[in-house]
Amino acid sequence: MSGPNHGSNHSGDYEERLAAFVGVEVVPPKPGQDPVNVPMIRHWVEAMGDQNPIYLDAEAARATGRDGIVAPASMVQAWTMRGYAATAAGPAPVNPGRGPGMAELIALLDEGGYTSVVATDSEFEFHRELVVGDHVSAREVVESISPEKTTALGVGRFVTTMRTYTDAGGEVVAVQRWRTLRFRPKPKTEPQPEAAQEPEPKAPRPRPAINRDNEFWFAAARDHRLVIQRCASCQVLRHPPGPCCAHCGSFDWDTVEASGRGHVYSFVVNHHPRHPAFEYPLIVAVVELAEGTRLITNLVGVTPEEVEIGMPVVLDWLDADPDLSLPVFRLREGSN
Amino acid sequence: MSSRGNPLSGAAAIAGIGATEFSKDSGRSELHLACEAVLAAIADAGLTPSDVDGMVTFTADTNAEIHVARNTGMGELTFFSRIPHGGGAACGTIQQAAMAVATGAAEVVVCYRAFNERSGVRYGLGQAGRPLETGADSAAYAWLNPFGLSTPAQWVAMFARRYMHEYGATSEDFGRVAVVDRRHAANNPAAWFYQRPITLEDHQASRWIAEPLHLLDCCQETDGGQALVVVSAERARDLPHPPAVILGAAQGTGDDQHMMTSYYRPVITGIPEMGLVGRQLYTQSGLRPGDVDAAILYDHFTPLVLPQLEELGFCGVGEARDFVADGNLEIGGRLPLNTHGGQLGEAYLHGMNGIAEAVRLVRGTSVNQPAGGEGKGPDGRGVNNVIVTAGTGVPTSGLLLGRDM
Repeated sequence: MSGPNHGSNHSGDYEERLAAFVGVEVVPPKPGQDPVNVPMIRHWVEAMGDQNPIYLDAEAARATGRDGIVAPASMVQAWTMRGYAATAAGPAPVNPGRGPGMAELIALLDEGGYTSVVATDSEFEFHRELVVGDHVSAREVVESISPEKTTALGVGRFVTTMRTYTDAGGEVVAVQRWRTLRFRPKPKTEPQPEAAQEPEPKAPRPRPAINRDNEFWFAAARDHRLVIQRCASCQVLRHPPGPCCAHCGSFDWDTVEASGRGHVYSFVVNHHPRHPAFEYPLIVAVVELAEGTRLITNLVGVTPEEVEIGMPVVLDWLDADPDLSLPVFRLREGSN
Repeated sequence: MSSRGNPLSGAAAIAGIGATEFSKDSGRSELHLACEAVLAAIADAGLTPSDVDGMVTFTADTNAEIHVARNTGMGELTFFSRIPHGGGAACGTIQQAAMAVATGAAEVVVCYRAFNERSGVRYGLGQAGRPLETGADSAAYAWLNPFGLSTPAQWVAMFARRYMHEYGATSEDFGRVAVVDRRHAANNPAAWFYQRPITLEDHQASRWIAEPLHLLDCCQETDGGQALVVVSAERARDLPHPPAVILGAAQGTGDDQHMMTSYYRPVITGIPEMGLVGRQLYTQSGLRPGDVDAAILYDHFTPLVLPQLEELGFCGVGEARDFVADGNLEIGGRLPLNTHGGQLGEAYLHGMNGIAEAVRLVRGTSVNQPAGGEGKGPDGRGVNNVIVTAGTGVPTSGLLLGRDM
């Protein structure tokens, strides 16, 4: 599915070795160095400027129906941090005798050239508040490793892990979805020999508003899959998607993956006004897919003068930025 | 007051009720909840979604009528209304529906309200730090904005390109609408483009905005205001000016309606919601297109004037370019258009200034007053019947105004 701009230079073997980490517990349960304690809470709320009295004043905490002071929820990660010296020393082989761990994963990413890292997302779900004396452990499981993406920072892969925080009794107190971009830094001075196909956009593309009815489509797009919503009851395809089938009333749906072939149903060549994310003149088209649904998209690799209604086109992918991949279309070769 | 008594009393009843479960975390979108509740109420009343032709909700609701309608398969709607001011709207939605039924604006009206007030945006938390809005109206832009399709001119251009392809229309055909508008505006001291007509060559030479739209295909943007006073026809007869009687008034949204981007219909060269409005206007008034003496057609962009002429029955489908080129829209023509200069020539006031011009045409006081119909007005000049339309590409509305006979 990957377009010609994004082909990985890694072998299938490398992909398999990476994929083998998905689902692996790369950090086994490991207790924090200190149990939940007042001095660390005090330092944390002072640093954060958090004025909420329930973290330090037992009276105030009890006035809210709690038994006493509680730790700020988002401190949960802090209780399990390794401390400055260990972190500076880099990842240790933490899975002795238990298969590959975080150190091995990072080594494999280094081997692929993804030597730099930046954190992109952290989503927490808190199950209960921590109180003084709780001793928190954390373990970490790899949830996904994305295909190679072209980002403003450089070519890289998004590595998503789930961290599960438990108390001394093994009860889950919080879970955290943690996503980092492991990337190959761009050379600072020399131009890149091969990755200069398209000029870097000056600004991010306008963000789609993602909600429960459309998130599946954008998630699939991040994996370079163009999907079409299908009614699970009457099989009618629909786009743009929605929660309910207008033909039979069913709320059950699944998706089919589009063949990626279609034709130009109509198109516009934008000149004015200019948004800083785009190059102008900008071709926006309504493409009718072979499956029969239509979608709004961009045409690439073609000049405005060359575009005609009815022109056969084929799917390609644009990785606009780390969070947004969009289906675009180019002229279907050999069709004229 | 009418001597017939209160026309609302006894006119309508509640025939069905339906709801989702009541929870703290529904796990689904607000639109999903709205569709479920609406379908449940329709089923309770023994009806099907295609029976529904009117909807009323709160302005605070994130689930616009078109999203609920296209998801539940309601098809065409002829009545949609919203009541503002939060919870104070509740009984008001029922009153609105009852009036619609009593007046024939709609036959089956669904009132609804759906939200994730607990798991989503909680009123109790106050208005500070609201999260990114994810209602269905915002989500609809997810299919446009990331691709750079974000202005009205661009949205209209997509329709225009397809119309050209199917009917052989050209940029000149669109340009002739602009030329007519500007010619009329040139005689109108109130118009921004007073005494500044254009030629077709000017139109063709103007820069691209969004191909196939040139700058001179696009209306102005305007600061200003426009108001109109509506009273009963009986009362209006006692006022200083000849009444402009409302012979027809209608709204319409088409099947699979989107905001400016209804690109997913089997055919996108027409404006089915305007056809729906036109059919209602003619039915209400008993008039036919041949009875209409002048037209004020919404002209934010020239291309969509052509399918309006077709949808309203002034010419055949795909034939508007010939109808325009033959001079029918001129003052001496079959159907004088936008005698004030339209929104391209006079001002862009969301169509309200066009309604005022229609009133002037009926009074006989337009700066470009055409010859009157067979029955002359009090001053011998007013036209008998004028049609007025509202915005195109969106759920729309229209009026037929006429002389007091």
